[in-house]
Amino acid sequence: MNLFRTALLLAKKDLYSELKTKQILTTQIIFAGLVIVVFSFAFDPANNTTKAVIPGVIWVIIVFAGILGLNRSFISEQRNDTMQGLLVAPMESSSIYLGKFLANFAMMLVVEIVSIPFLFLLFDFKFNGSLGYFVLVIFLGSFGFIAIGTFLAALAANSKSSEMLLPLLLFPITTPILIGVVQATKIILTNMEKLSSAIAWIQLVTAYDVIFFVVCFLLIDYVLEV
Amino acid sequence: MIEIKKLTKQADNKLILRGVDLSIKKGETVAILGPNGAGKSTLLKVLATLIKPTSGLIKINGLDLKKDHIEIKKLLGYLPHSSLLYDHYSPLENLVFFGNIYGVNNVEQKASKLVKEVGLSFFLNEPVKNFSRGMIQRIAIARAIIHDPEILLLDEPHTGLDQGAISILNNVILSMKEKGATTLMVTHDFKQAAEICDRIIIVKNGRIVDDFKIENRNLGFVSEKYGLQMEGVS
Repeated sequence: MNLFRTALLLAKKDLYSELKTKQILTTQIIFAGLVIVVFSFAFDPANNTTKAVIPGVIWVIIVFAGILGLNRSFISEQRNDTMQGLLVAPMESSSIYLGKFLANFAMMLVVEIVSIPFLFLLFDFKFNGSLGYFVLVIFLGSFGFIAIGTFLAALAANSKSSEMLLPLLLFPITTPILIGVVQATKIILTNMEKLSSAIAWIQLVTAYDVIFFVVCFLLIDYVLEV
Repeated sequence: MIEIKKLTKQADNKLILRGVDLSIKKGETVAILGPNGAGKSTLLKVLATLIKPTSGLIKINGLDLKKDHIEIKKLLGYLPHSSLLYDHYSPLENLVFFGNIYGVNNVEQKASKLVKEVGLSFFLNEPVKNFSRGMIQRIAIARAIIHDPEILLLDEPHTGLDQGAISILNNVILSMKEKGATTLMVTHDFKQAAEICDRIIIVKNGRIVDDFKIENRNLGFVSEKYGLQMEGVS
Protein backbone atom coordinates (compact mmCIF):
# COMPACT_ATOMS: atom_id res chain seq x y z
CA MET A 1 0.00 0.00 0.00
CA ASN A 2 2.88 2.30 0.91
CA LEU A 3 4.31 1.72 -2.58
CA PHE A 4 1.25 3.20 -4.29
CA ARG A 5 0.80 5.98 -1.73
CA THR A 6 4.35 7.27 -2.19
CA ALA A 7 4.17 6.76 -5.97
CA LEU A 8 1.02 8.90 -6.09
CA LEU A 9 2.65 11.56 -3.90
CA LEU A 10 5.62 11.66 -6.25
CA ALA A 11 3.42 11.81 -9.37
CA LYS A 12 1.38 14.59 -7.77
CA LYS A 13 4.60 16.46 -6.96
CA ASP A 14 5.82 16.18 -10.57
CA LEU A 15 2.49 17.27 -12.02
CA TYR A 16 2.25 20.18 -9.59
CA SER A 17 5.82 21.18 -10.53
CA GLU A 18 4.78 21.09 -14.16
CA LEU A 19 1.76 23.23 -13.39
CA LYS A 20 4.08 25.79 -11.80
CA THR A 21 6.94 25.77 -14.30
CA LYS A 22 5.06 24.75 -17.49
CA GLN A 23 8.38 23.56 -18.94
CA ILE A 24 7.63 20.09 -20.26
CA LEU A 25 3.99 20.09 -21.28
CA THR A 26 4.25 23.40 -23.14
CA THR A 27 7.30 22.17 -25.08
CA GLN A 28 5.55 18.89 -25.89
CA ILE A 29 2.38 20.59 -27.12
CA ILE A 30 4.30 23.16 -29.20
CA PHE A 31 6.31 20.31 -30.76
CA ALA A 32 3.14 18.35 -31.53
CA GLY A 33 1.52 21.43 -33.08
CA LEU A 34 4.57 22.07 -35.27
CA VAL A 35 4.64 18.48 -36.52
CA ILE A 36 0.95 18.62 -37.41
CA VAL A 37 1.25 21.97 -39.20
CA VAL A 38 4.35 20.87 -41.17
CA PHE A 39 2.72 17.59 -42.23
CA SER A 40 -0.52 19.35 -43.16
CA PHE A 41 1.48 21.54 -45.54
CA ALA A 42 3.40 18.59 -46.94
CA PHE A 43 0.36 16.39 -47.63
CA ASP A 44 -2.76 17.63 -49.34
CA PRO A 45 -5.74 16.97 -46.99
CA ALA A 46 -8.03 16.75 -50.05
CA ASN A 47 -6.09 13.75 -51.35
CA ASN A 48 -7.38 10.36 -50.21
CA THR A 49 -3.88 8.85 -49.87
CA THR A 50 -3.17 11.38 -47.09
CA LYS A 51 -5.24 9.14 -44.83
CA ALA A 52 -2.40 6.63 -44.89
CA VAL A 53 -0.02 9.16 -43.35
CA ILE A 54 -2.16 9.90 -40.29
CA PRO A 55 -1.24 6.79 -38.18
CA GLY A 56 2.44 7.56 -38.74
CA VAL A 57 2.01 11.22 -37.80
CA ILE A 58 0.16 10.27 -34.58
CA TRP A 59 3.05 8.06 -33.46
CA VAL A 60 5.73 10.52 -34.54
CA ILE A 61 4.06 13.04 -32.22
CA ILE A 62 3.79 10.55 -29.34
CA VAL A 63 7.37 9.27 -29.68
CA PHE A 64 9.17 12.59 -30.02
CA ALA A 65 6.98 14.60 -27.65
CA GLY A 66 7.32 11.69 -25.20
CA ILE A 67 11.12 11.83 -25.38
CA LEU A 68 11.05 15.55 -24.58
CA GLY A 69 9.21 14.76 -21.35
CA LEU A 70 11.14 11.61 -20.47
CA ASN A 71 14.49 13.37 -20.75
CA ARG A 72 13.49 15.92 -18.14
CA SER A 73 11.79 13.60 -15.66
CA PHE A 74 14.96 12.35 -13.94
CA ILE A 75 17.31 15.19 -14.92
CA SER A 76 15.01 17.53 -12.97
CA GLU A 77 15.83 15.52 -9.83
CA GLN A 78 19.55 16.25 -10.22
CA ARG A 79 19.20 19.90 -9.30
CA ASN A 80 19.97 20.19 -5.56
CA ASP A 81 20.33 16.37 -5.56
CA THR A 82 16.64 15.96 -4.84
CA MET A 83 16.93 12.36 -6.03
CA GLN A 84 18.99 11.69 -2.89
CA GLY A 85 16.12 13.15 -0.86
CA LEU A 86 13.82 10.56 -2.45
CA LEU A 87 16.31 7.71 -2.03
CA VAL A 88 16.80 8.34 1.71
CA ALA A 89 13.04 8.53 2.24
CA PRO A 90 11.26 5.38 3.46
CA MET A 91 10.09 4.09 0.09
CA GLU A 92 11.18 1.48 -2.41
CA SER A 93 12.99 2.51 -5.60
CA SER A 94 10.10 0.93 -7.50
CA SER A 95 7.86 3.54 -5.90
CA ILE A 96 10.00 6.29 -7.46
CA TYR A 97 9.75 4.54 -10.83
CA LEU A 98 5.99 4.15 -10.52
CA GLY A 99 5.54 7.80 -9.51
CA LYS A 100 7.67 9.06 -12.39
CA PHE A 101 5.87 6.71 -14.80
CA LEU A 102 2.44 7.98 -13.68
CA ALA A 103 3.48 11.63 -14.09
CA ASN A 104 5.03 11.03 -17.53
CA PHE A 105 2.06 8.99 -18.67
CA ALA A 106 -0.43 11.63 -17.48
CA MET A 107 1.46 14.34 -19.38
CA MET A 108 1.62 12.15 -22.47
CA LEU A 109 -2.15 11.63 -22.34
CA VAL A 110 -2.70 15.39 -22.13
CA VAL A 111 -0.52 15.89 -25.23
CA GLU A 112 -2.52 13.21 -27.05
CA ILE A 113 -5.89 14.64 -26.01
CA VAL A 114 -4.86 18.06 -27.35
CA SER A 115 -2.93 17.06 -30.46
CA ILE A 116 -4.88 14.15 -32.00
CA PRO A 117 -8.19 16.05 -32.45
CA PHE A 118 -6.13 18.98 -33.83
CA LEU A 119 -4.45 16.58 -36.29
CA PHE A 120 -7.82 15.18 -37.46
CA LEU A 121 -9.14 18.71 -37.83
CA LEU A 122 -6.22 19.97 -39.91
CA PHE A 123 -6.18 16.88 -42.12
CA ASP A 124 -9.98 17.07 -42.50
CA PHE A 125 -10.10 13.44 -41.39
CA LYS A 126 -13.51 11.88 -40.85
CA PHE A 127 -13.29 9.19 -38.20
CA ASN A 128 -15.10 6.07 -39.42
CA GLY A 129 -13.28 3.42 -37.39
CA SER A 130 -13.91 2.16 -33.87
CA LEU A 131 -13.20 4.91 -31.33
CA GLY A 132 -12.90 2.34 -28.52
CA TYR A 133 -10.18 0.36 -30.30
CA PHE A 134 -8.43 3.55 -31.36
CA VAL A 135 -8.28 4.82 -27.75
CA LEU A 136 -7.13 1.37 -26.60
CA VAL A 137 -4.25 1.30 -29.10
CA ILE A 138 -3.15 4.83 -28.20
CA PHE A 139 -3.34 3.93 -24.49
CA LEU A 140 -1.38 0.66 -24.83
CA GLY A 141 1.27 2.14 -27.11
CA SER A 142 1.80 5.15 -24.86
CA PHE A 143 1.87 2.91 -21.78
CA GLY A 144 4.64 0.69 -23.13
CA PHE A 145 6.63 3.56 -24.58
CA ILE A 146 6.50 5.58 -21.34
CA ALA A 147 7.11 2.53 -19.11
CA ILE A 148 10.32 1.63 -20.94
CA GLY A 149 11.23 5.29 -21.49
CA THR A 150 10.93 6.15 -17.79
CA PHE A 151 13.26 3.28 -16.87
CA LEU A 152 15.81 4.23 -19.53
CA ALA A 153 15.56 7.92 -18.57
CA ALA A 154 16.62 6.92 -15.04
CA LEU A 155 19.51 4.95 -16.53
CA ALA A 156 20.58 7.72 -18.91
CA ALA A 157 20.24 10.52 -16.34
CA ASN A 158 23.61 9.62 -14.81
CA SER A 159 25.32 10.10 -18.17
CA LYS A 160 26.67 13.50 -19.25
CA SER A 161 25.08 13.11 -22.68
CA SER A 162 21.77 11.75 -21.43
CA GLU A 163 19.68 13.63 -24.00
CA MET A 164 21.48 11.78 -26.79
CA LEU A 165 21.70 8.48 -24.95
CA LEU A 166 17.98 8.13 -24.17
CA PRO A 167 16.75 7.96 -27.80
CA LEU A 168 19.63 5.63 -28.68
CA LEU A 169 18.56 3.20 -25.95
CA LEU A 170 14.84 3.72 -26.30
CA PHE A 171 14.22 3.26 -30.04
CA PRO A 172 15.64 -0.26 -30.45
CA ILE A 173 13.78 -1.55 -27.36
CA THR A 174 10.45 0.05 -28.23
CA THR A 175 10.55 -0.88 -31.93
CA PRO A 176 8.17 -3.91 -31.50
CA ILE A 177 5.67 -1.66 -29.69
CA LEU A 178 5.90 1.04 -32.36
CA ILE A 179 5.50 -1.43 -35.23
CA GLY A 180 2.51 -3.01 -33.49
CA VAL A 181 0.70 0.21 -32.66
CA VAL A 182 1.32 1.87 -36.04
CA GLN A 183 -0.06 -1.21 -37.80
CA ALA A 184 -3.05 -1.43 -35.45
CA THR A 185 -3.76 2.32 -35.74
CA LYS A 186 -3.59 2.10 -39.54
CA ILE A 187 -6.11 -0.76 -39.64
CA ILE A 188 -8.48 0.90 -37.14
CA LEU A 189 -8.42 4.26 -38.93
CA THR A 190 -8.53 3.11 -42.53
CA ASN A 191 -9.57 -0.51 -42.91
CA MET A 192 -11.86 -1.86 -40.18
CA GLU A 193 -12.46 -5.06 -42.18
CA LYS A 194 -9.07 -6.30 -41.01
CA LEU A 195 -9.92 -5.76 -37.35
CA SER A 196 -8.81 -9.29 -36.39
CA SER A 197 -5.34 -8.42 -37.61
CA ALA A 198 -5.39 -5.22 -35.51
CA ILE A 199 -6.45 -7.27 -32.47
CA ALA A 200 -3.46 -9.56 -32.99
CA TRP A 201 -1.16 -6.51 -32.99
CA ILE A 202 -2.90 -5.21 -29.84
CA GLN A 203 -2.31 -8.55 -28.10
CA LEU A 204 1.37 -8.46 -29.03
CA VAL A 205 1.76 -4.91 -27.73
CA THR A 206 -0.12 -5.77 -24.51
CA ALA A 207 2.18 -8.72 -23.83
CA TYR A 208 5.23 -6.56 -24.53
CA ASP A 209 3.89 -3.81 -22.22
CA VAL A 210 3.28 -6.20 -19.33
CA ILE A 211 6.67 -7.94 -19.64
CA PHE A 212 8.67 -4.73 -19.87
CA PHE A 213 6.71 -2.92 -17.16
CA VAL A 214 7.41 -5.77 -14.72
CA VAL A 215 11.09 -5.99 -15.76
CA CYS A 216 11.58 -2.22 -15.37
CA PHE A 217 9.76 -2.30 -12.03
CA LEU A 218 12.07 -5.03 -10.73
CA LEU A 219 15.33 -3.63 -12.10
CA ILE A 220 14.94 0.03 -11.14
CA ASP A 221 16.62 -0.61 -7.76
CA TYR A 222 19.94 -1.27 -9.53
CA VAL A 223 19.63 1.85 -11.67
CA LEU A 224 18.86 4.41 -8.97
CA GLU A 225 21.84 3.82 -6.68
CA VAL A 226 23.83 7.07 -6.16
CA MET B 1 22.08 2.27 18.30
CA ILE B 2 24.52 1.98 15.37
CA GLU B 3 26.78 -1.08 15.00
CA ILE B 4 29.20 -1.27 12.10
CA LYS B 5 31.40 -4.33 11.64
CA LYS B 6 34.18 -4.76 9.04
CA LEU B 7 32.52 -2.34 6.62
CA THR B 8 34.21 -2.01 3.25
CA LYS B 9 33.24 -0.08 0.14
CA GLN B 10 35.01 -0.48 -3.15
CA ALA B 11 34.44 1.69 -6.20
CA ASP B 12 36.33 1.30 -9.49
CA ASN B 13 39.00 -0.94 -7.94
CA LYS B 14 39.62 1.62 -5.21
CA LEU B 15 38.92 0.76 -1.61
CA ILE B 16 37.20 3.77 -0.08
CA LEU B 17 36.31 2.15 3.25
CA ARG B 18 38.73 -0.49 4.54
CA GLY B 19 37.11 -2.47 7.31
CA VAL B 20 35.42 0.14 9.49
CA ASP B 21 34.33 -1.03 12.95
CA LEU B 22 32.22 1.43 14.88
CA SER B 23 29.69 1.39 17.67
CA ILE B 24 27.59 4.43 18.54
CA LYS B 25 25.26 4.57 21.51
CA LYS B 26 21.83 6.19 21.52
CA GLY B 27 21.99 9.92 22.25
CA GLU B 28 25.65 10.36 21.32
CA THR B 29 26.73 13.30 19.17
CA VAL B 30 29.68 12.17 17.12
CA ALA B 31 31.90 14.24 14.81
CA ILE B 32 33.74 12.49 11.99
CA LEU B 33 36.92 14.32 11.07
CA GLY B 34 39.51 13.56 8.44
CA PRO B 35 41.25 14.88 5.32
CA ASN B 36 39.56 15.08 1.92
CA GLY B 37 39.08 11.66 0.33
CA ALA B 38 39.37 9.81 3.65
CA GLY B 39 35.94 8.18 3.22
CA LYS B 40 33.91 10.28 5.69
CA SER B 41 31.06 11.18 3.33
CA THR B 42 31.03 7.65 1.90
CA LEU B 43 30.57 6.27 5.42
CA LEU B 44 27.66 8.66 5.93
CA LYS B 45 26.13 7.75 2.54
CA VAL B 46 26.36 4.04 3.36
CA LEU B 47 24.55 4.69 6.66
CA ALA B 48 21.96 6.82 4.83
CA THR B 49 21.32 3.80 2.51
CA LEU B 50 22.39 5.83 -0.54
CA ILE B 51 25.34 3.54 -1.28
CA LYS B 52 25.39 -0.22 -0.86
CA PRO B 53 28.41 -1.49 1.07
CA THR B 54 30.73 -4.00 -0.60
CA SER B 55 30.99 -6.09 2.56
CA GLY B 56 30.42 -5.83 6.28
CA LEU B 57 27.51 -5.63 8.63
CA ILE B 58 25.52 -2.59 9.68
CA LYS B 59 22.84 -2.69 12.34
CA ILE B 60 20.80 0.33 13.32
CA ASN B 61 18.47 -0.04 16.29
CA GLY B 62 18.94 -3.79 15.96
CA LEU B 63 17.75 -3.73 12.34
CA ASP B 64 19.90 -5.00 9.48
CA LEU B 65 20.58 -2.29 6.91
CA LYS B 66 20.33 -4.74 4.01
CA LYS B 67 17.06 -6.37 5.02
CA ASP B 68 15.17 -3.65 6.88
CA HIS B 69 16.22 -0.58 4.92
CA ILE B 70 12.72 0.90 4.79
CA GLU B 71 12.33 0.70 8.57
CA ILE B 72 15.82 2.15 9.03
CA LYS B 73 15.13 5.03 6.63
CA LYS B 74 12.25 6.12 8.88
CA LEU B 75 14.77 6.66 11.68
CA LEU B 76 17.21 8.73 9.63
CA GLY B 77 17.40 12.45 8.97
CA TYR B 78 20.01 13.15 6.30
CA LEU B 79 21.51 16.56 5.54
CA PRO B 80 24.19 16.46 2.81
CA HIS B 81 26.02 19.32 1.04
CA SER B 82 23.07 19.89 -1.27
CA SER B 83 19.77 21.16 0.06
CA LEU B 84 17.63 18.32 -1.44
CA LEU B 85 14.92 20.97 -1.95
CA TYR B 86 12.80 21.68 -5.03
CA ASP B 87 13.71 25.17 -6.27
CA HIS B 88 10.32 26.21 -7.57
CA TYR B 89 8.54 24.99 -4.43
CA SER B 90 8.12 27.19 -1.37
CA PRO B 91 9.53 26.07 2.02
CA LEU B 92 6.03 25.01 3.05
CA GLU B 93 5.46 22.96 -0.13
CA ASN B 94 8.87 21.31 0.18
CA LEU B 95 8.35 20.36 3.82
CA VAL B 96 4.78 19.17 3.23
CA PHE B 97 5.94 16.97 0.33
CA PHE B 98 8.74 15.34 2.32
CA GLY B 99 6.58 15.17 5.45
CA ASN B 100 3.88 13.31 3.50
CA ILE B 101 6.44 10.84 2.16
CA TYR B 102 7.54 10.13 5.75
CA GLY B 103 3.89 9.83 6.80
CA VAL B 104 4.00 12.75 9.24
CA ASN B 105 0.66 13.63 10.89
CA ASN B 106 -0.63 17.24 10.70
CA VAL B 107 2.17 17.88 8.26
CA GLU B 108 1.18 21.43 7.26
CA GLN B 109 1.04 22.55 10.87
CA LYS B 110 4.38 20.92 11.62
CA ALA B 111 6.00 22.37 8.48
CA SER B 112 4.82 25.90 9.37
CA LYS B 113 6.15 25.46 12.90
CA LEU B 114 9.55 24.31 11.64
CA VAL B 115 9.84 27.17 9.14
CA LYS B 116 9.09 29.54 12.02
CA GLU B 117 11.72 27.85 14.18
CA VAL B 118 14.40 28.36 11.55
CA GLY B 119 13.44 32.03 11.33
CA LEU B 120 11.91 32.12 7.87
CA SER B 121 8.21 32.45 8.59
CA PHE B 122 8.03 35.60 6.43
CA PHE B 123 9.16 33.51 3.44
CA LEU B 124 6.79 30.60 4.01
CA ASN B 125 5.26 30.78 0.53
CA GLU B 126 8.19 32.19 -1.47
CA PRO B 127 9.89 29.86 -3.94
CA VAL B 128 13.17 28.49 -2.57
CA LYS B 129 15.02 29.54 -5.77
CA ASN B 130 14.98 33.17 -4.55
CA PHE B 131 16.69 32.29 -1.25
CA SER B 132 20.32 32.85 -0.21
CA ARG B 133 22.59 29.89 0.64
CA GLY B 134 22.04 30.42 4.37
CA MET B 135 18.26 30.55 4.02
CA ILE B 136 18.26 27.41 1.87
CA GLN B 137 20.36 25.60 4.47
CA ARG B 138 17.89 26.56 7.20
CA ILE B 139 15.03 25.03 5.21
CA ALA B 140 17.23 22.01 4.44
CA ILE B 141 17.70 21.53 8.20
CA ALA B 142 13.93 21.71 8.68
CA ARG B 143 13.50 19.14 5.88
CA ALA B 144 15.94 16.76 7.57
CA ILE B 145 14.04 16.85 10.87
CA ILE B 146 10.43 17.06 9.61
CA HIS B 147 9.78 13.47 10.74
CA ASP B 148 11.56 13.75 14.12
CA PRO B 149 14.37 11.33 13.20
CA GLU B 150 16.14 9.31 15.85
CA ILE B 151 19.42 9.55 13.97
CA LEU B 152 20.76 12.69 12.29
CA LEU B 153 23.38 12.27 9.57
CA LEU B 154 24.97 15.60 8.73
CA ASP B 155 27.58 16.08 5.99
CA GLU B 156 29.55 19.30 6.53
CA PRO B 157 26.42 21.12 7.71
CA HIS B 158 28.19 24.33 8.75
CA THR B 159 29.84 25.02 5.37
CA GLY B 160 28.92 28.41 3.93
CA LEU B 161 26.58 29.38 6.75
CA ASP B 162 26.40 32.77 8.47
CA GLN B 163 26.53 33.02 12.27
CA GLY B 164 22.73 33.10 12.54
CA ALA B 165 22.32 29.91 10.54
CA ILE B 166 25.17 28.23 12.46
CA SER B 167 23.51 28.95 15.78
CA ILE B 168 20.12 27.72 14.45
CA LEU B 169 21.76 24.50 13.25
CA ASN B 170 23.60 23.99 16.56
CA ASN B 171 20.38 24.62 18.48
CA VAL B 172 18.59 22.04 16.34
CA ILE B 173 21.33 19.46 16.98
CA LEU B 174 21.34 20.17 20.72
CA SER B 175 17.54 20.08 21.01
CA MET B 176 17.47 16.80 19.07
CA LYS B 177 20.13 15.49 21.45
CA GLU B 178 17.94 16.44 24.41
CA LYS B 179 15.14 14.41 22.82
CA GLY B 180 17.51 11.45 22.71
CA ALA B 181 18.52 11.61 19.05
CA THR B 182 21.89 10.33 17.91
CA THR B 183 23.92 12.59 15.62
CA LEU B 184 26.74 11.78 13.24
CA MET B 185 28.36 14.82 11.74
CA VAL B 186 31.08 14.88 9.09
CA THR B 187 32.90 18.18 9.39
CA HIS B 188 36.10 20.10 8.85
CA ASP B 189 35.05 22.70 11.38
CA PHE B 190 36.86 21.68 14.60
CA LYS B 191 35.33 24.56 16.55
CA GLN B 192 31.77 23.42 15.87
CA ALA B 193 32.75 19.79 16.44
CA ALA B 194 34.21 20.65 19.85
CA GLU B 195 31.22 22.81 20.71
CA ILE B 196 28.40 20.37 20.07
CA CYS B 197 29.89 16.88 19.95
CA ASP B 198 30.81 14.58 22.80
CA ARG B 199 32.84 12.13 20.77
CA ILE B 200 35.29 12.54 17.88
CA ILE B 201 36.23 9.95 15.26
CA ILE B 202 39.16 10.54 12.94
CA VAL B 203 39.09 8.77 9.59
CA LYS B 204 42.15 8.39 7.36
CA ASN B 205 42.51 6.29 4.21
CA GLY B 206 39.17 4.58 4.77
CA ARG B 207 39.99 3.52 8.34
CA ILE B 208 39.13 4.85 11.77
CA VAL B 209 42.49 5.89 13.22
CA ASP B 210 41.31 7.57 16.41
CA ASP B 211 38.16 7.57 18.49
CA PHE B 212 37.94 9.64 21.67
CA LYS B 213 35.53 11.54 23.89
CA ILE B 214 35.86 15.24 24.56
CA GLU B 215 34.82 17.26 27.54
CA ASN B 216 34.45 20.98 28.25
CA ARG B 217 34.45 21.86 24.52
CA ASN B 218 38.21 21.41 24.45
CA LEU B 219 39.09 22.60 20.94
CA GLY B 220 42.84 22.44 21.60
CA PHE B 221 42.59 18.75 22.50
CA VAL B 222 40.75 17.98 19.24
CA SER B 223 43.30 19.91 17.15
CA GLU B 224 46.20 18.20 18.93
CA LYS B 225 44.77 14.70 18.42
CA TYR B 226 43.98 15.45 14.76
CA GLY B 227 47.45 16.89 14.18
CA LEU B 228 49.04 13.72 15.60
CA GLN B 229 47.13 11.54 13.16
CA MET B 230 47.76 13.77 10.16
CA GLU B 231 51.50 14.09 10.61
CA GLY B 232 53.16 13.53 7.28
CA VAL B 233 49.87 13.86 5.37
CA SER B 234 49.86 16.78 2.92
